[in-house]
Amino acid sequence: MITRPATFPRDTAPDPGAGLAVENLRIALHGRELLRLTTRVTPGTVVTVMGPSGSGKSTLLAFVMGLTDPAFSVQGRVLLDGRDVTGLPPQARRVGILFQDDLLFPHLSVGGNLAFALPRAIADRRERRTRIEEALALADLAGFADRDPATLSGGQRARVALVRVLLSEPRALLLDEPFSKLDAGLRRQFREFVFARARDKGLPVLMVTHDRQDAEAAGGPIITLGAPADGE
Amino acid sequence: MAPASEEAYSARRPLSLRLALRRPRILRHVPAITLLVMLGPTAAGVVGTLLPAFGYLPALGGYALGLEPWRALFATPGLGSSVRLSVSAGFVTTFLSLAIVALVVAASQGTRMFALVQRALSPLLSVPHAAAAFGLAFLIAPSGWIARALSPWATGWETPPDVVVLNDPAGLAMMAGLIVKEVPFLLLMTLAALGQVDARRSRQVALSLGYGPVAGWLKGVFPRIYPQIRLPVYAVLAYSMSVVDVAIILAPTTPPPLAVLLVRWLNDPDLALRFQASAGAVLQLLLVAGAIAIWRLGEILVARLGRRWIEGGGRGRRDRAARGLAGLLAGACFLSVALGLVGLVVWSFAGLWSYPDTLPDNWTLRTWMRQADSLLAPVITTVTVGLAATGVALMLGLGCLENEVRFGQRPTTKSLWLLYLPLITPQIGFLFGLQTFLTALDVDRSWGAVVLAHLVFVLPYVFLALADPYRTWDRRYAITAQCLGAGPDRVFWTVRLPMLLIPVLTAAAIGFAVSVGQYLPTLLIGAGRFATVTTEAVALASGGDRRVIGVYALLQMALPFLGFALAVGLPALLFRRRKGMTHAP
Repeated sequence: MITRPATFPRDTAPDPGAGLAVENLRIALHGRELLRLTTRVTPGTVVTVMGPSGSGKSTLLAFVMGLTDPAFSVQGRVLLDGRDVTGLPPQARRVGILFQDDLLFPHLSVGGNLAFALPRAIADRRERRTRIEEALALADLAGFADRDPATLSGGQRARVALVRVLLSEPRALLLDEPFSKLDAGLRRQFREFVFARARDKGLPVLMVTHDRQDAEAAGGPIITLGAPADGE
Repeated sequence: MAPASEEAYSARRPLSLRLALRRPRILRHVPAITLLVMLGPTAAGVVGTLLPAFGYLPALGGYALGLEPWRALFATPGLGSSVRLSVSAGFVTTFLSLAIVALVVAASQGTRMFALVQRALSPLLSVPHAAAAFGLAFLIAPSGWIARALSPWATGWETPPDVVVLNDPAGLAMMAGLIVKEVPFLLLMTLAALGQVDARRSRQVALSLGYGPVAGWLKGVFPRIYPQIRLPVYAVLAYSMSVVDVAIILAPTTPPPLAVLLVRWLNDPDLALRFQASAGAVLQLLLVAGAIAIWRLGEILVARLGRRWIEGGGRGRRDRAARGLAGLLAGACFLSVALGLVGLVVWSFAGLWSYPDTLPDNWTLRTWMRQADSLLAPVITTVTVGLAATGVALMLGLGCLENEVRFGQRPTTKSLWLLYLPLITPQIGFLFGLQTFLTALDVDRSWGAVVLAHLVFVLPYVFLALADPYRTWDRRYAITAQCLGAGPDRVFWTVRLPMLLIPVLTAAAIGFAVSVGQYLPTLLIGAGRFATVTTEAVALASGGDRRVIGVYALLQMALPFLGFALAVGLPALLFRRRKGMTHAP
């Protein structure tokens, strides 16, 4: 039910397996096929998935995260940098996600939220603190570590959420309508910020959105789901 | 991406995988264990009641099956009055409680009174039945506060008048005592249901079509609320028909309601009476089952008539009187509990207090000092049993809900019925049987057995209080945490539990309050060896020393109140710098 497979620029894909790949995905609900998809997102690029509600966009993201609802029957594989992660639980996959709400943990400080994400392998407390301070400074939030997330503005919270997901050292980034709750000015600013940071980090980004502008700003291939009428 | 973290990451993964594989196995059994803990005692108790009812109880030499216990039961003088009293208490209490709740919510939703009602709810709920009953008794007795306040200037009474207000033969005082406690319970259930049916907007639609607030709510919202509170209504019906502690305090004594009569037989030194008591317990079960069936038929009839009323299109715009009545009824329920409790406080500190003075001549600590020594043991038992039952209930409840979240199992209506089964089955109908059963296992009269008996009643309430917040919690927080590298256990301990701390502690406080209020389970399963503030208070009822009753009833109320205070205070303290936690997402 997809219109066209994602294409990717040759020059950014030196390693043929690098990035996020979804292979032969078939999702069905109660015997009815929702979607069929094979796509690859190379490091530093954004693939946008569009489609009406119920077309399987969220299920696609859940599949990549490893959180498919048991009600769906799912076949297919997810590969991250060439490694098959289909059988791994979500916490072992290192796929980060941003939702339309920032979902900062309200019981933790800004710094606590970031420390939650920072891998435990960085064990030294001072080192962890430094990493958090640096990450905050990069997002124009220097000195915010001890703040209560509830006291931040919407734009600040959105940036903390992005910093948090980046600190967890993901190998791919999923965006689930991440800009739809921000007002127009903030929206463009934050969108550019997210794409820039993802490019810097060489992250493959898979974005689900309803918004044409988001898709155009992403500059990558667009996959349209659940629209058989305008199929190939 | 530091190479060091890369390495440590892959080194850690097998462990998290192992955990992911190992932990759920224990977790997966939690629902089964929970059902066993909740329904096992109920089922074993019913069987343990049925057998002696037909003459089989080897411990007392009953081997031959027969109808002798039933003959003895039906030969009891006054049995008909006892049954009539139980049945009428059940129907009158349930009908009036439901009517008051419907009227109060209909009249107050969307107004300032609604906020008042909500605020008054928690403290009312935390008062144990027996304490509320004592409070009411101190209020309405001929020598109680109302009579004192009106005497002698209005009534001319210089001594308490010889009128039967308490323990009246029709059981009106008992019904009043039950209603003031069942109204808050049904109100809580109704408030929970309101959110699920989008009542606010339905009401607005009704108002915009020209309906009066009360008629609009009754016609537009109530028909959708009722199916959601049907099981709690049945629980109220069953409870009012078989209550023992409130009945001992407020109901007539000769003959008493059926359940009280049965407890008397069970506590009789003549062990032969246990056979007819068992038959009586089965009769009580049948009465409750029959009453629920009749109520169900009534529901169908009301629904049919109601539909005609709704479709008739009457706007009911002149509902000022109804709204006034609602305010009056809500106020009466609240005041009778609140003033009753104040009465308990006053009595417990009263020195000389002559009739018809409104307040004691002098105040003293003597009653408290004199009781101090004998208070300690019941308080300790109450607290330890309560904490144990609540702790186990929390673990099982959280385990079940976590199981639901992790393995994607969805609750069904049937499972809700199972949850309400211990609340709909009359206590007297299975507790004696359970005692017999535990005796056979040689674990009766133990602390653990008392905790288990409490758990049967604590668990459903804890689960009901936990389930909604748990299920409506935004799952995307968990998804985000998992994608940040946290396994299910870490998500539970560091994200879900802290974020749900307020509802979890509230559920614990409710569970503790339920445990504190238990009379019959403590009495029967503990076989008199375990005195709690509740069993002590009820035991004092016949003695009539109001000062001592005041002390015990006050403690009975103070312990649950302390639990609720902790449930509110602890999160406020822990999260004093986290605004997002006070307006939970």
